[in-house]
Amino acid sequence: MASLREIQMRITSTQSTKQITKAMNMVSASKLNRAQGSNANFKPYMTKLQEVISSIAGGTSGATHPMLQVRPVKRTGYIVITSDRGLAGGYNASVLRDVYRELKAKHGSTDEYRLYVIGKVGVQFFKARNIPVYSAMTGLNDQPSFVEVAEIVKQTVGAFSEGEIDELKLCYNSFISVISQEVKIDRLLPLGNIEQTASNVMYEYEPEEETILAALLPRYAEGLIYGALLDAKVSEHAARMTAMSNATDNADELIRGLKLKFNRARQAAITQEITEIVGGAAALE
Amino acid sequence: MNTLHVNVVTPDGAAYEGEARMVVAKSVTGELGILPKHIPMVTPLDISVLKLRHEDGGRTLIALSGGFMEVRPDTVTILAETAEMADKIDYDRASAAKVRAERRLQDTKLSDLEFRRAELALKKAINRLSIRDIKE
Repeated sequence: MASLREIQMRITSTQSTKQITKAMNMVSASKLNRAQGSNANFKPYMTKLQEVISSIAGGTSGATHPMLQVRPVKRTGYIVITSDRGLAGGYNASVLRDVYRELKAKHGSTDEYRLYVIGKVGVQFFKARNIPVYSAMTGLNDQPSFVEVAEIVKQTVGAFSEGEIDELKLCYNSFISVISQEVKIDRLLPLGNIEQTASNVMYEYEPEEETILAALLPRYAEGLIYGALLDAKVSEHAARMTAMSNATDNADELIRGLKLKFNRARQAAITQEITEIVGGAAALE
Repeated sequence: MNTLHVNVVTPDGAAYEGEARMVVAKSVTGELGILPKHIPMVTPLDISVLKLRHEDGGRTLIALSGGFMEVRPDTVTILAETAEMADKIDYDRASAAKVRAERRLQDTKLSDLEFRRAELALKKAINRLSIRDIKE
């Protein structure tokens, strides 16, 4: 059995680990709250945009745009959203595993896809597997503003309109609840079906519809990517929060076990001492 | 119904919400003055300053970095990537951005894309700075 001192040391170190995980849990909880707030702020923008687009695209004018048209896929772009830091349970592992599987299943050579990776964990994952990362973005804020991510967003949407990629997929963790997040691999471009919203307003267009559509659709696609990013951030904080609360629970359990062991060892030491004293006294009589 | 309900929405949340007697915006084809009971309309906006004239004669200026305007008889909704109220603009930062963009444009080796980007940055900086010079 380990010595009293050893057990005591393990208890102390587990306790300090527990303090850290508990603090991280609380930090994530507050970040989760704020991320959900910025997600809510973003919703009205997207709703409005969708409303206007569907009223143009669904109108009688028959206005079309390359972004709405499906073309034969020669190269697929993937936007993979991961976090910069670990300690978030299965958050990164699950999305990376699914993307890796998809790449292996659908593509024969590395020419057939382009990876746009957000987050350090993802970049390192692909590097370790010798999969080329076309563009990477790390060090993203916990509450990314639209301007911050504009670069990667415009780059991907631009690559699609210039025909460098024929399809764009978004891979990220979507937030369902604090304890569950779902990996999503969604086709973003071409924009297949824009939901029709029931607005019966007939608009005047200034200039004509095609021009407006041409200016609006990239914004819409950018908005979708930004939305996914916000969703992923919410998931990240939720995943980290859950992971850290599990870690805290585990630490509690460990400490309980160690304390029991410690008390047993202490009791054994006392018992032995008494036996020795009694033995010594008996020898004197 | 002598006022318009004006909403300015950005991806980072609502930037402005209020009533106005007249909305003056610069679309890509030219300046537009919107009064209540305007016919429903959609138009893209240039990088410009949005001017709202209030019922009490007051005025609100908002710097927009492009975007869209949706007009309905009683409401005007503006979607923009960024929108800054006149009193929230960091003029020092805008001046610095202007100088930086001008310097970039001096570079003759810029690719088309880089040139366009620098040009856009310059336009945004000038737009922000221009708010200071708008007189009654």
